[in-house]
Amino acid sequence: MDTLLDIENLWVKFPTRQGIFDAVRGVSFTLGRERLGIVGESGSGKSMTGRAILRLIRPPGMVEADHINLDGVDLLQKSEKAMREVRGERISMVMQDPKFSLNPVMTIGDQIIEAYRLHSTASKSEARTKALEMLEAVSIRNPERVMRAYPHEMSGGMGQRIMIAMMLIPNPEILIADEPTSALDVSVQRQVLDIMDKLVKERGMGLIFISHDLNLVADFCDRVLIMYAGRIVEVCDADKLHDAQHPYTRGLLNSLPRLDTPRDRLDVLTRDPAWSDTPSVSGRL
Amino acid sequence: MTMLSIEKLNVWFGTGRDRVDAVKAASFDVGAGESFGLVGESGSGKSTILRAITGLAPTWSGRITVDGRAIERTRPRAFYKQVQMVFQDPYASLHPRHSVDAVLGETLQLHGFKDIDARVVRLLDDVGLGQKFRFRYPHQLSGGQRQRVAIARALAPEPQLLLLDEPTSALDVSVQAEILNLLADLRQEHGLTYLMVSHDLSVVGHMCDRLAVMKDGEIVEIMNVAALRAMQATHPYSQHLLQASV
Amino acid sequence: MAERTLRQWLLTDTPTSRRHAKLSALYQGWLAFRSNTMAMVGLCILLALVLIAMAAPLLAPHDPFVQNLGNRLAPLGSEGHLLGTDSLGRDILSRLIYGARITLYIVALVALIAPVVGLLVGTVSGYVGGWVDIVLMRITDIFLAFPRLVLALAFVAALGAGIENAVIAISLTAWPPYARIARAETLTIRSSDYISAIKLQGAGGLRIITKHIWPLCISSLIVRVTLDMAGIILAAAGLGFLGLGAQPPSPEWGAMISEGRRFILDHWWVATMPGLAIFIVSLAFNLLGDGLRDVLDPKAGE
Repeated sequence: MDTLLDIENLWVKFPTRQGIFDAVRGVSFTLGRERLGIVGESGSGKSMTGRAILRLIRPPGMVEADHINLDGVDLLQKSEKAMREVRGERISMVMQDPKFSLNPVMTIGDQIIEAYRLHSTASKSEARTKALEMLEAVSIRNPERVMRAYPHEMSGGMGQRIMIAMMLIPNPEILIADEPTSALDVSVQRQVLDIMDKLVKERGMGLIFISHDLNLVADFCDRVLIMYAGRIVEVCDADKLHDAQHPYTRGLLNSLPRLDTPRDRLDVLTRDPAWSDTPSVSGRL
Repeated sequence: MTMLSIEKLNVWFGTGRDRVDAVKAASFDVGAGESFGLVGESGSGKSTILRAITGLAPTWSGRITVDGRAIERTRPRAFYKQVQMVFQDPYASLHPRHSVDAVLGETLQLHGFKDIDARVVRLLDDVGLGQKFRFRYPHQLSGGQRQRVAIARALAPEPQLLLLDEPTSALDVSVQAEILNLLADLRQEHGLTYLMVSHDLSVVGHMCDRLAVMKDGEIVEIMNVAALRAMQATHPYSQHLLQASV
Repeated sequence: MAERTLRQWLLTDTPTSRRHAKLSALYQGWLAFRSNTMAMVGLCILLALVLIAMAAPLLAPHDPFVQNLGNRLAPLGSEGHLLGTDSLGRDILSRLIYGARITLYIVALVALIAPVVGLLVGTVSGYVGGWVDIVLMRITDIFLAFPRLVLALAFVAALGAGIENAVIAISLTAWPPYARIARAETLTIRSSDYISAIKLQGAGGLRIITKHIWPLCISSLIVRVTLDMAGIILAAAGLGFLGLGAQPPSPEWGAMISEGRRFILDHWWVATMPGLAIFIVSLAFNLLGDGLRDVLDPKAGE
C-alpha cells in the first residue's frame, strides 16, 4: 500500500502559566489509501493531532515533529502561503458542527462555487456544474434547491453533507474528519458515513476519522489508533478492536452499556498513571 | 402506585402561523420507584415533555399529575421539593461565577433548610465528590464533576421524582459509566423515581424499566426493556431506531 | 519562601474556605490582567492620577487661584512655572494638579450613576419582558435619539451651570447604552440552563436578577464604562469649554482649554497643557478598559 502521509514524532505544545502543556506527545503514524480511525476521550489529543497535520494550531500553540511528509514533502518546511494551497486542495478537513463552518449570510451554492474557484481557474458556470455534481454525489436529492438555500434552512445531517461536498470538490488526497457525525442523529449518522465511505473508496482517498465513539470507529474504519493523554497507547485493526489488549481500550469498551448483555453496574475505568508515561506506540506501517 | 401521570399532553411554541407543535397528545404513566425512558431523535419532543412538567415550557394543555396532585399553571415551591431536573450539558447548567458551595447553599436556603453546612457536606459525599471540591468554581471542574454537582443540586430538596435530560450525552464514555452508576445507586438509596430522556437506546436499556419511543412529537410505542433487549419493537420506527443503534 | 507559599496558597485548585476561594479567583484575575502590559500602563497612569489628586496641596508649587498679572502668559519652563502661566498669571501646573481632583470627581460620580441606572433598567427590561420591556426600551430609545452633548446642554440650561449639574446631565445621557447592553446580555443569560435550574428551585425574579444575572452583566458594563470614560471626560470638558460646566476660577481642564483658546496662536501652551492632560487620562482609561475586557469578559475567557 502506498503511503500518503507519514508523521514521525509529532508534538503539540501550549505554553501556560504553569509551564508547557503537551497536548500531543510524540505521535507517529502513516496513512495509506485507507480509513484510519483515531479514538480517545476529550483531552486525549486526537483533535489536536488532526489540526496539527494541517498546521492549524493557533499561536501560542506550537507544532513540532521530525517530519510530517505528504508524498515525501515535509509540511513543516512549507511557508504559510504554500500551506494554504495544501489545505483544501490536497488535505481537507470536516469539522464536528456544520453550523459553525458555513457562512450564514451566503447561499450554499455561492459558498461551494467560491470554495471551488479558490482552488481552480474554472469559470463560474463550470464551478456551478461541478457543485451540482458534488451535491448529488453526497445524496442530496434536490441540489438545485439546496444551492439557493441558506445554511440555517438546512438540518444537521444536510449541513454535514454539504460540508463534505465542499471539502471534496477540489479532489483532495486526504480527508480529515473530526467527529463529523457526533452532532447527528443515529439514522442520519449512518447515511453520512456511507457517503464518506463511498467517496473514499471511489477516489482512493486517505481518510483520518477522529471520533470518541469506539463502536462507530470499529465499524467504519480499517485501522484504529487509540490515544490517551497525548500518546498512542494501542494500534489495531478495526475489526479486532473488540479484542484490544491495552487496559485503557478494554476499560473504554467495558464502560459502554450494551443492549445484548445487561449488567447491574457498568465497569468504571481506573486510570493507571503508567499509561501516560509509557512511550507512544507507533502507528507506522 | 403512580408517581407521574401524563394524559393527552400537548406542548406548542409560538402562535398563529409560527406555531410549532412540539408534543402531540402524549400519554404515559410512571410508577413510584420506576425508571422510565423517553427516546427519540433530536426534535422529537422528548425534552419538551420534561420542560412542560417543570414549567419551563409554559404553553401546554392536557393533564399532568405528580403523586396524585394535578399540576396547576403556577407551581408552588412544594412542587419543586418533589420534582427536580438534571440538565443535558453540565457546562451550561452551572452559573460560571458561583462556586459549588454557593450553588448548593443557595438551593438549600431556597428550600428552607436550616443546617445548610452539614447538608452541603453530605450532598457532596452522596455524589462522590468529597470536601475538596466544595469551594471550587465550575471552570475548575471536569465535565463529569460538574454533572455530579448538578445532580447534587437536584438532590438537595430531597425530591421523589428526578427528571434526567440526557444527563451523559455531553460526557466521555468512561465518565458516562461513572455517572450512570451513581444515578443507579442514588435511585436505590433514596427510593427515587426517574424519568430519563436519551437518544441512546443502550443507555436507556441500561437505566430504565420501561420506555416510550417518540417521533415528531408523538409517542409511537411504549415497551418494556426486556422487549427492547429482545429487539421486539412493534412499531416500524422503533425497529428502525433499534437497527441503527446496534 | 513566605511569598512562595502565599502564591501557592492563592493558586491552589482546592480552596478550603469561601474566603480562600474568593481570594484565589481574584488573584488569578490579577495575574491575567498583569500579563497585559498596555492595561498595566493605563492602570499606573490612573493610580498616579489618584495619588496626585490626593496629594495636590503637597505637589502643587503654587496656589492654583493666586493671580499674578505681572507674570501672565509666561512660556514653558519659565522660572518657578514649569508649564508656564495662564492669562491671569496662575501657574498652569498647579491648576492641572488641582484639576485632577475635579476630573476624578466627575468620573467617579458618572461611573456611580450611569451604569447603575442602565443595569437596573436593562436587566429588568430583559428579564421581565412583555410590556415592561416595551415601555422601558422606548424610554431608552428617546434618550438615545438625542445627540449626547445637546441633551446635556438642555439639562444644564434647565438646572443651571455648575459641576454637579454637568455630572447629572452627562449621567442622564450616558445610561441608555448601558441599558441596551445589560438587556442584550440578560436576554442570552435568561434562556440559559443555569437560570432554568435556579427557577426549578423556586427562586423568584428578584433573586434571579440580582444574584444570577447581575454578576454576569456587571463585568461587561465595567469594561464598557472604562472605555466610555474617555468620552465622559471629554463631555465634561466640552461642557466646561462651553461655559456650562465648572465655573471660573475652578481649574477644571475643559474650562482651562476654553480660557486658553483666546491665546492659542501666540501662547499655545495655555490650551495645550490641559488638552494633553485630558488626552493622557482618556488614553489610560481606554487601555485599562481593553485589559479589563480580557480579564472580565466571560465570553472571551475560558
